[in-house]
Amino acid sequence: MTGSALPRPLLPFVEFATLLRANGFPIAPEQTQSFIAAVGLLGPRSLEDVHRAAIATLAPSLERREEFDALFRLLFLGQGIAAPAAADDEEEMQVYDEQDGGMEPPEPEEAEESGGAPTGAERLFARQFPPLDEAEALRRFRRRAPRELPHRRSRRFGPSKGGSRLDMRRSLRAAVRRDGELLQLPALARRQRRRRVLLLIDVSGSMKEQTDSTLRFAHSLAQATDRFEVFTLGTRLTRITRALRRRRADQALSLASSLVSDWDGGTRLGDALQAFLSVPRFAGFSRGALVVVLSDGLERGDPAAFVDAMARLSRLAWAVLWLSPLATSSDYTPETSALQAVLPYIDRLGDGSSAASLCREVLQLEGRVA
Amino acid sequence: MAIRRSIVGIDSPEVLSTALRDAQYIADEGLATATYLALALGKPLLLEGAPGVGKTEGAKAIASVLGRQLLRLQCYEGIDAAHALYEWNYPRQMLAIRQAGDAYVNIYADDFLIARPMLEALRYPADTVLLIDEIDRADHEFEAFLLEFLSDFSISIPERGTVRAQEHPVVVLTSNRTRELHEALRRRCVYHWIDYPAPHREAEIVMMRASQVAQDTAWRVVAAVGALRQEPLAKAPGVAETVEWAEAATLLHDQGASWPTAFKRAIGVALKDQDDLAFIEPRLDQILGETAA
Repeated sequence: MTGSALPRPLLPFVEFATLLRANGFPIAPEQTQSFIAAVGLLGPRSLEDVHRAAIATLAPSLERREEFDALFRLLFLGQGIAAPAAADDEEEMQVYDEQDGGMEPPEPEEAEESGGAPTGAERLFARQFPPLDEAEALRRFRRRAPRELPHRRSRRFGPSKGGSRLDMRRSLRAAVRRDGELLQLPALARRQRRRRVLLLIDVSGSMKEQTDSTLRFAHSLAQATDRFEVFTLGTRLTRITRALRRRRADQALSLASSLVSDWDGGTRLGDALQAFLSVPRFAGFSRGALVVVLSDGLERGDPAAFVDAMARLSRLAWAVLWLSPLATSSDYTPETSALQAVLPYIDRLGDGSSAASLCREVLQLEGRVA
Repeated sequence: MAIRRSIVGIDSPEVLSTALRDAQYIADEGLATATYLALALGKPLLLEGAPGVGKTEGAKAIASVLGRQLLRLQCYEGIDAAHALYEWNYPRQMLAIRQAGDAYVNIYADDFLIARPMLEALRYPADTVLLIDEIDRADHEFEAFLLEFLSDFSISIPERGTVRAQEHPVVVLTSNRTRELHEALRRRCVYHWIDYPAPHREAEIVMMRASQVAQDTAWRVVAAVGALRQEPLAKAPGVAETVEWAEAATLLHDQGASWPTAFKRAIGVALKDQDDLAFIEPRLDQILGETAA
């Protein structure tokens, strides 16, 4: 760094901004400038003032506040960074969101004792070529999705032929152009916007056969709409939305599977869903959305927590679609008590046995619910 | 960057804090500092926090301290320029054209312009405080549009040209954090996260806002609310709920209900979610009992 142009007392503040940037905080030069101005304004009479100025102007997000404070102490007090309190409560459901966690995916747990459990990446590699009809179904899905995925009415108005509201602005402009005569009455109608689709994928051992095709489906969905969120549920909750945004399927799927560390483990759907709902930002994803749960509903955790979570989810969501690989025939009735208990909160229980059926169920939902 | 060390005699966070207190708003050091910095640096103030911690009230208090009018823009999904900036009064324009006949009429005069909060704030920056409330409810397009407004403080009206603020207007943005705001927006603002107030501060707020409430009642309500906030509730009671609960319980008590019963009967003022009520019901006596001790 060239510190020569700067007065010496300012150096630590600039250094602090550099340190923050090195640790992945997005700090704009303009913010550094405000920070220095703010420190000047406050006196500063104490280090507390400098700290407050730093928070107000550099605006660290709440999740990273501790990290921010540690860096602050490191630079201004010369303290080492205390290891973040490892809240590794076994009971606690872990949430992994790549946005918060930097680029490193979590270490896969040492669960290899069972021998055969392959990692996600290996499995995907081994099954790289899906049957042709699946690829065709997904391609068709992508083509039809923009029109057939559920829509909602937007608050905004747009010009329309048979709209119910008069477009005053355009009428007047047309009238002015024709010397105050109105020849036609342009109308407005509410625009249509696509609903968000929230995909919750069960990656437990009992769903092993399906995870590959469900992930491929998730990737097709990601390519077809930008309003989507994808989480995997198992013994923990993982957000794989960003990984799936990549255009190339192989890349996206191997990135996604490297993020998920609980492949083919047990299922605690209730805990995972509770964890999902307890993060306000995540719960917000489900508001007004089409929620699609891909799971066989073999719940091994506490059914009460599971039912409670589904009840809340159904209140947040526009519609809840449960796709189970077991529900291949129309007269399927769920056998597990957990799934039976949540039936009132599900708008439709459908067939999730193949990618083609997933596509069909999701595309036809709007007609069925509305 | 223009720095104004003193605005209407406010030249430090402490002075501001005292002034806010006179306006019936109790701010902690962090909030007073952030607000002072926002005023001094001429930047917008972004307040984030759980619902009911007093973000909007804070903006009202700032307006009252500065002796300015508060312009409130409530955001919602689908808010557009016509609601935020300006709109032409079309029926009036039409009438004017008819009335004028062959004569010339300027239909883009001030008479025909309906200024919405953001334009109003630009026109009279020295007399107004612009509150952009619950920005997290607006959609991303509006947020992007806001970025432009907050960095230049100018609006261009195609028929009229650009309106630019003479000085930086005081702008307060609030967010409930139902979704993450864009980094670029946070970057342009002075930021403060409003937390639930510390117990003694909250008791002070209760007594300031509800003059009928006795001191020990205030303390008990604050302790009970503090205990409720520890529970995994869908909607934890905010400061407004604390004040209302204290008022409601005092009212019931004056009508002859004994203390724990008065609190219990008025619980609907503090918790407004059926699931939360059902969840807390069995242990309510215990919570109230502990806090009374």
